[in-house]
Amino acid sequence: MDILTVFVAAILVNNFVLYYFLGICPFLGVSKKIDSAFSMGMAVTFVMTLTAVASWMINHWILIPFGLDYLQIVSFILVIASLVQLVEMFIRKMSPPLYQALGIYLPLITTNCAIMGLALLAALKDYNFIKTVVFGVGSGLGFTLAIVLMAGIREQLDLADVPKPLKGAGIALIVAGIMALAFSGFSGMIK
Amino acid sequence: MPPKKSIGAEYLKGLWDENPVFRQLLGMCPTLAVTNAVINGIAMGLATAFVLILSSLVVSSIKKLIPNQVRIATFIVIIASFVTIADRFLAAFFPPISKALGPYVPLIVVNCIILGRQEAFSSKNSVGRSLLDAFGMSTGFILALLILSSIREILGSGTFLGFQVMGSWFKPWVIMILPAGAFITLGVLLGIAILIESKTKTRST
Repeated sequence: MDILTVFVAAILVNNFVLYYFLGICPFLGVSKKIDSAFSMGMAVTFVMTLTAVASWMINHWILIPFGLDYLQIVSFILVIASLVQLVEMFIRKMSPPLYQALGIYLPLITTNCAIMGLALLAALKDYNFIKTVVFGVGSGLGFTLAIVLMAGIREQLDLADVPKPLKGAGIALIVAGIMALAFSGFSGMIK
Repeated sequence: MPPKKSIGAEYLKGLWDENPVFRQLLGMCPTLAVTNAVINGIAMGLATAFVLILSSLVVSSIKKLIPNQVRIATFIVIIASFVTIADRFLAAFFPPISKALGPYVPLIVVNCIILGRQEAFSSKNSVGRSLLDAFGMSTGFILALLILSSIREILGSGTFLGFQVMGSWFKPWVIMILPAGAFITLGVLLGIAILIESKTKTRST
């Protein structure tokens, strides 16, 4: 039951984009088309799950036993950077169209705060291994949900008559605000 | 490379022309997350400034020693070291602020402004210019955080830095301190920034 709570909370209640404000850059940058938003979401989910596993192992098997927890930031970022590199090489070999679609945003996952935030939040909440993995998958899916919804709205927004200064990022942020408002309705689900 | 700017312009560009938040849309995550109260915004801005200035100093001084292929990794390790210092410092001397900012202090490490400036500027320019650039960008960032957090705190809690500024008739707009308020306020501010920019452009031409 506890694990289900973590999962639902990560997707809906404490959504990474709309509650923690993590991963705003890709959220605004790759949300113009639904299909590229979806691939971005999948890439992030994949990297997040791997990161959750790797950061938990490093934290609990190396940093904590040796009293090195002040090295958390440095070691997490290095793990994430090498993971992203691996995923990038993997996707380039396995699916060149996907690689093309993700473009510059794949390397940028390294500096995507959502990934680093996941590692830090999981360490902060002191989750056990299973919960950390569930948290990773849930957060990734939550990110995918938010970015795909956003892309759907923005595709329609192209046809709308938006005041000129608000075109682009301005209106996208306001839409995100309304989405965050809608998502805050979920907060009653978890005590 | 664009022609060398004057010393003053190198600093001032961070305030408006290349303001990291309003013009370059970098560092949005901390901007949105910690601006529910002015004090958090200032603390975040100062911590980011500390990391940015010292990272720029180190990167620009050792730029000739860094092999091109591993430069990003090198920058990240340098930045991460300074972030660790900032994080430990806040936790030791300002525990309440450190608690309020939570994971967002360690997250300075993935703030795009810092890595962006190292890659785009410090790794190609002299130490002095990099420092000016870093100071300018930091000022611009703090300014943006200050504007956003003032609006949100005054409208959301009726206070400024914890002091009551609105009369008792004022009913706080709770939405402003919720995540939704952050997105909407920043969206409107971006619109205003672009509006001002387009107005000044048409006047000068």
